[in-house]
Amino acid sequence: MFDLIGFLPRAIVQGVPLLFGSTGETLTEKSGNLNLGIPGIMYVGGISGVIGAFFYEQATVSAGTFRPLLGVLIPLFCSMLGSLLMGLLYCFLTVTLRANQNVSGLALTTFGVGVGNFFGGSLPRIANSSLPSVILTNTGNAFRTTLSGSSSPSAFETLFLSYGFLVYLALAVSLAAAYILRRTRVGLHLRAVGESPNTADAAGINVTRYKYLATCIGSMIAGLGGLYFIMDYSGGIWSNDAFGDRGWLAIALVIFTVWKPDLGVLASFLFGGLYILSVRSSSSMTMATKELYKMIPYLVTIVVLIFTSLRNKRENQPPASLGLAFFREER
Amino acid sequence: MNKKTRVPLFHIAKRSTLPWYHAWAIRGGALILALLVCAGVTAILTGENAFLLYVTMVKGSFGSVRKIWVLLQNIAMLLCVSLAVTPAFRMRCWNLGGEGQVLVGGLASVLVMTFLSPYLPNGLLILVMLLASILAGAVWAGIPAIFKAQWNTNETLFTLMMNYVAMQLVAFYIAYRFPKGTGTMGVVNGDTRAGWLPYLLGQQYLLNILIVALLTGLVYAYLRYSKHGYEIAVVGESERTARYVGINVKRVIIRTMLLSGAICGLAGFLLVSGTDHSLSTTSAGGRGFTAVMVSWLAKFNPIWMIFTSFLLVFLGKGASEIASQFRLNESFGDILTGIILFFIIGSEFFIQYKILLTRSAEKEEKDHV
Repeated sequence: MFDLIGFLPRAIVQGVPLLFGSTGETLTEKSGNLNLGIPGIMYVGGISGVIGAFFYEQATVSAGTFRPLLGVLIPLFCSMLGSLLMGLLYCFLTVTLRANQNVSGLALTTFGVGVGNFFGGSLPRIANSSLPSVILTNTGNAFRTTLSGSSSPSAFETLFLSYGFLVYLALAVSLAAAYILRRTRVGLHLRAVGESPNTADAAGINVTRYKYLATCIGSMIAGLGGLYFIMDYSGGIWSNDAFGDRGWLAIALVIFTVWKPDLGVLASFLFGGLYILSVRSSSSMTMATKELYKMIPYLVTIVVLIFTSLRNKRENQPPASLGLAFFREER
Repeated sequence: MNKKTRVPLFHIAKRSTLPWYHAWAIRGGALILALLVCAGVTAILTGENAFLLYVTMVKGSFGSVRKIWVLLQNIAMLLCVSLAVTPAFRMRCWNLGGEGQVLVGGLASVLVMTFLSPYLPNGLLILVMLLASILAGAVWAGIPAIFKAQWNTNETLFTLMMNYVAMQLVAFYIAYRFPKGTGTMGVVNGDTRAGWLPYLLGQQYLLNILIVALLTGLVYAYLRYSKHGYEIAVVGESERTARYVGINVKRVIIRTMLLSGAICGLAGFLLVSGTDHSLSTTSAGGRGFTAVMVSWLAKFNPIWMIFTSFLLVFLGKGASEIASQFRLNESFGDILTGIILFFIIGSEFFIQYKILLTRSAEKEEKDHV
């Protein structure tokens, strides 16, 4: 019998990194920046948090002064700082220097994945620590603190209260992003910048500022996806390339949700569910079938992409200036 | 009027085309700056003399005859994929699906190699493998192309997704054929060597390198001197102009993407038949993405691409040599490559635009009086 109560939380937990990534990328794309550096940014977001937590644990755990609240806030801050720097780098290249977005994004991914795996693999050696690898169980436990305290949780508790705070943050951020994009003046301006920067510029909107802000905030949100994966999902244990191609799945999710962050909530859980179907160790499924399951999210995304362009409905299209640099003197 | 208008200190204007030596001087400067930054970063992380590192880098690529052959082979493969994506890029059609197109090309080769080798003589087998690979690559690029041409479906995102479908297809095949294996397929036809490209002059990679060299010339000629190449350039500059002068834009898009995929398929064939005699999900090795940078850095010029692909392969090899020499993690190479790319990408700005100091309004008035 299919265990839905057991399945759903695991799908949600799998979906949260994708939700952070896709919310961040949606904001970025709405400003007309196709940031293909998201996979790299998510790695950097993860590793920056790890670095912060690593030094905090080194300083406090043996002395017995580890405080869970600081243990959460320090990695959170470091992670956001790390992904902010990546976002700034991307903006500097594509907005200020007007470089090609695809090339810059791909370079950013190469760089970010490199940074993640390099520090993840050699952080203890650089810091002269005795540990063989990065294991941050104290921080992991702090991130995993849940609302439900009972030892035998009811179905309601497993479904709604069994997560660390980052899961709720992911929901809140994506709903807030959807509200801002659809209902506020700032969102309207942002969409205008993404659709037609020349028009927005003529209307007195500061295109450069909107592009910078949207991309940097988007990067910080996406970076939290990396942080969530390391600290909560993996319990503070870094292993190289464990994050895999979730960054690309997040970009796929943006298309799948037709640039609507609130749809992303459900869609990311759906993708998460598909993902665990493929890694679940069920005996009835061969390895080969699992590999085919992993293909489904990408196929579904392609179908959505085709469908939106076929129906040609105006509100479901990619932002019109997606991928193009804005130069005021070029009409 | 009390409010003073703020005059920016400088503004940016587009340059007229720079002479090529000037442009390359700017790029060279950026590269040197990047290498200095890399040296700094490495020195901080390793505590070694930064300039010894460059000696290590050069040794890693040119240290022995074997290493030089491997370097040339890697350049050839990267150049091949770059040549493949270039026609599409010239048309401003962002084919980011090189990775997947190479993989399906390789998969087609492996399939023919495995299942037809008992029935065909070796020469014919290689020919069938080649054709199958080219066809598979072309189909993989053709699907996004048709949707791009007919319904203007975003080709960047479409081709990107096709990469992962291809990757899973390869993973599926490996898991299906070798259910109890370690997730690798091993060398195909290791005993009979059926479907393996012959070694020229005893060198495994020589034939690959020659084929890619020939291809470079062909693609250059195709883009520069053929009617097709001209049509691609016009569509890239302005679709409306192209339509106005009577170019069938849809046909050009589909034709060029098919060509792009076909050359990627060829690269897959060379990887399987001429290099690894095997296939894994990482066989393409990120070349589909690196090729985007190779092609862009060379301003989509196939001849310059020889140099830019050398540069990227050399940097990657050198950086991983540094990593192993100083017992750093392999990924250190990616960090250095990333830094260098950022500098080169940034330097393009100074080739395209110039920064002019704004003369203040009062001064302007004085001049007019």
